[in-house]
Amino acid sequence: MAIVTTPQKSVVVNPLKQSQPLGAALAFLGLKGMIPLMHGSQGCTAFAKVVLVRHFREAIPLSTTAMTEVSTILGGEENVEQAILTLVQKSKPEIIGLCTTGLTETRGDDMEGFLKEIRQRHPELDEMPIVLVSSPDFKGSLQDGFAAAVESIVRELPQKSDRRDACPTQITILASSAFTPGDVQEIKEIVTAFGLKPIVVPDLSASLDGHLEDSYSAITASGTTLTDLRQIGSSLFTLALGESMRGAAQILEKQFGIPYEVFGELTGLEAVDKFLQALADISGHSVPEKYRYQRRQLQDAMLDTHFYFGCKRVSLALEPDLLWSTAYFLLSMGTQIHAAVTTTRSPLLEQLPVKSVTIGDLEDFEQLAVESDLLIGNSHTAAIAKRLKIPLYRQGIPIFDRVGNGQFNKVGYRGTMQLLFDIGNLFLEQEESLVIGH
Amino acid sequence: MKITQGKINELLTEPGCEHNHQKHGEKKNKSCAQQPKPGAAQGGCAFDGAMIALVPITDAAHLVHGPIACSGTWGSRGSLSSGPMLYKTGFTTDMDENDVIFGGEKKLYKAILEVEERYKPTAVFVYSTCVTALIGDDLEAVCKAAAKKINIPVVPVNTPGFVGSKNLGNRLGGEALLEYVVGTAEPEFTTPYDINLIGEYNIAGEMWNVLSLLEKLGIRVLAKITGDARYNEICHAHRAKLNVMICSKALLNMARKMEERYSIPYIEESFYGIEDINRCLRNIAAKLGDPDLLHRTEKLIAEENAALDIALAPYRARLKGKRVVLYTGGVKSWSIISAAKDLGIEVVATSARKSTEEDKARIKRLLGKDGIVLEQESPKEILRIVKETQADMLIAGGRNQYTALKARIPFLDINQERHHPYAGYAGMVEMARELYEALYSPVWEQVRKPAPWEVTIDEDSYSPISPLSPLPQEVR
Repeated sequence: MAIVTTPQKSVVVNPLKQSQPLGAALAFLGLKGMIPLMHGSQGCTAFAKVVLVRHFREAIPLSTTAMTEVSTILGGEENVEQAILTLVQKSKPEIIGLCTTGLTETRGDDMEGFLKEIRQRHPELDEMPIVLVSSPDFKGSLQDGFAAAVESIVRELPQKSDRRDACPTQITILASSAFTPGDVQEIKEIVTAFGLKPIVVPDLSASLDGHLEDSYSAITASGTTLTDLRQIGSSLFTLALGESMRGAAQILEKQFGIPYEVFGELTGLEAVDKFLQALADISGHSVPEKYRYQRRQLQDAMLDTHFYFGCKRVSLALEPDLLWSTAYFLLSMGTQIHAAVTTTRSPLLEQLPVKSVTIGDLEDFEQLAVESDLLIGNSHTAAIAKRLKIPLYRQGIPIFDRVGNGQFNKVGYRGTMQLLFDIGNLFLEQEESLVIGH
Repeated sequence: MKITQGKINELLTEPGCEHNHQKHGEKKNKSCAQQPKPGAAQGGCAFDGAMIALVPITDAAHLVHGPIACSGTWGSRGSLSSGPMLYKTGFTTDMDENDVIFGGEKKLYKAILEVEERYKPTAVFVYSTCVTALIGDDLEAVCKAAAKKINIPVVPVNTPGFVGSKNLGNRLGGEALLEYVVGTAEPEFTTPYDINLIGEYNIAGEMWNVLSLLEKLGIRVLAKITGDARYNEICHAHRAKLNVMICSKALLNMARKMEERYSIPYIEESFYGIEDINRCLRNIAAKLGDPDLLHRTEKLIAEENAALDIALAPYRARLKGKRVVLYTGGVKSWSIISAAKDLGIEVVATSARKSTEEDKARIKRLLGKDGIVLEQESPKEILRIVKETQADMLIAGGRNQYTALKARIPFLDINQERHHPYAGYAGMVEMARELYEALYSPVWEQVRKPAPWEVTIDEDSYSPISPLSPLPQEVR
């Protein structure tokens, strides 16, 4: 329904999108015992690390092959080899996630060949899983890199299994970059309440939620375990959360015959209803009383807040998956989407029930967002909100001028209420300030 | 600026840099020419370094010619502006696959023109990156053609990340200023008291703490290189009487070459710690060689020191005897020790990475015989040393913030991402307050205490939380 446009210009001003390698590294960080390794110059890793540390307020394990001018000319095999050996020796990871960058993709390093030869030379690496993902930053965005890494993970790690061995309660959950660690935590709780055992890939709720461990760790202290990843082939069902997870779900269907369903949004009454119904169908459990009660709370909250949402014009600058779920939630409250700017192509964009979607930057957003009542975007949109004198609700990555990004939850009935109250309060504040002003 | 191996070698063996003194053969300039180690390297690339050095020029547009990851941190560098905000706008050619295959020169040319048309910058700095260097885009030629077309300076900054470290990038940024900016315009007037500040990036606005002191003395900062700078003032830099290098070896090449070309002498100073600020002001006055100025300087120092003593007294009482581990690099490894000592804090260990022999000698003198000198250490090793020395706190760059916090150790950030200005006399009070806040926060007691159900013996050990008491003196 929406017309998707890409402004024709040579300069991008105030980029909205983040890079593919950053997204790939983020996905890898949801696995336990992991250290992601970027094959590029040391700056590629440093930049990604700064963004992730500032957003999550966590120590982020992230390493580099430290390509130099000379190794770029000669080829990066030696650097990849040396980096892997150093990491294994120093950090003792259980798994390494290797992502490429624009530099090494431009050069054309044959990564699969490298790994094969490195493994031949070093039999001691036989037991060390190394998941490779192609993630040049001259293509796609964070969401694409994240999805590509999840695809590599489910392609390479699960072991062959017979469908007859399928575990009747185990399901795989693929959670896209639109979901925060807090979201994943809520999803796990909901799924578990139906008597199901979820294996979440990647499980950011354990690694980037923000919690104290007893000792220092140079690798991720928690996340999806390798044992669980190996057993994904025995799952009964795959729940792909976010359209960008469809590819990974299809890989599991093809390899193991596991059926899947894609849930584009888990925010909003109907979206959560649909999700819980699906869980009830899969598990054979009826919906737990706890959620029936939360549903009544949400209905009440919707009634309380609908005055403030109705006919408000909201402008969104978000990655496609998050744009989709946020737009659907707002539309379900009677809000209008005034402008929608996103980062990368997605089959969702044309289907959005809005007039147009722009694949662009925050310069485009600033022009399109004029006269809206609320902006939703990452911390980079704060300057625009200030210039346009429009309130801002922060979503996406990076958010560095707010604390608590790891624990924030917007899914399920509870998360939907949180969003209703947060955004409702912003609208209410505007109205009240008018009352006081007169 | 053509980047050649010769140019890089010249910068890495900078004769003004003490790293390159008294060493011969292979050992020479070890720390400058060090190659980053795969799997172990931490830190930014040369491109990052050049951006750090040049982005604080506030009225210029800073255009990155490369794919999107190179613009990953746009708009969030810590240097502040007193006026134009254009430097906070992120410009990039956002190279896509087609550009990589067919070359990005045309796109870059158009991009420069679009930036000029829509944002009217005083000048445009164009940064190359690994990818655009690899595909062979001719940055200099494109910038030259664009400058001719739009009639404003377009400065090529040829520092792809893979040529080296952040430090090398700083130097290359300085080279770009020397080659394209310094000396290209004349100031309206000059005074005998004109100086340049080099290597001060106005992180968290801390340069303003010092500028106000210089103003009181009648010293004019002709060019700030580059904190809160306007493009034109850097064009005038060649008319200064003195270059003052601040806490940095990184732009030494610039100071030395300006001495060669324009006969401007330079001094190396620090703005951190009472003794160092005092010395800095004295040295500037002495170099400018005006007896009356010297007299006024002494008077200002006496006044500021007296006021500072009063402001710091309540903090000193509480900070005295506290033990800290300092993990930073270069000049800061001793300049911060001196600031800590002023507050009565004992530095039990510090790092000497990136430090020169002269820095190291100073460290030894300041640290005393029991002090530990660290080199490049892993976070794990830093934690071990904090524990071993029974230190109360870690002072380091933002990268190690969570190393400390996760281990329940108080932390103070002293690098470029921080939000608090520590330079000058006012900065000392700010630093003292931050140290006090961090060390005496009631959270430490709470996060270190086991849960009641984890306690097996010693039931009586419960103690009420002591809240952070406000201090009487507040001098801003």
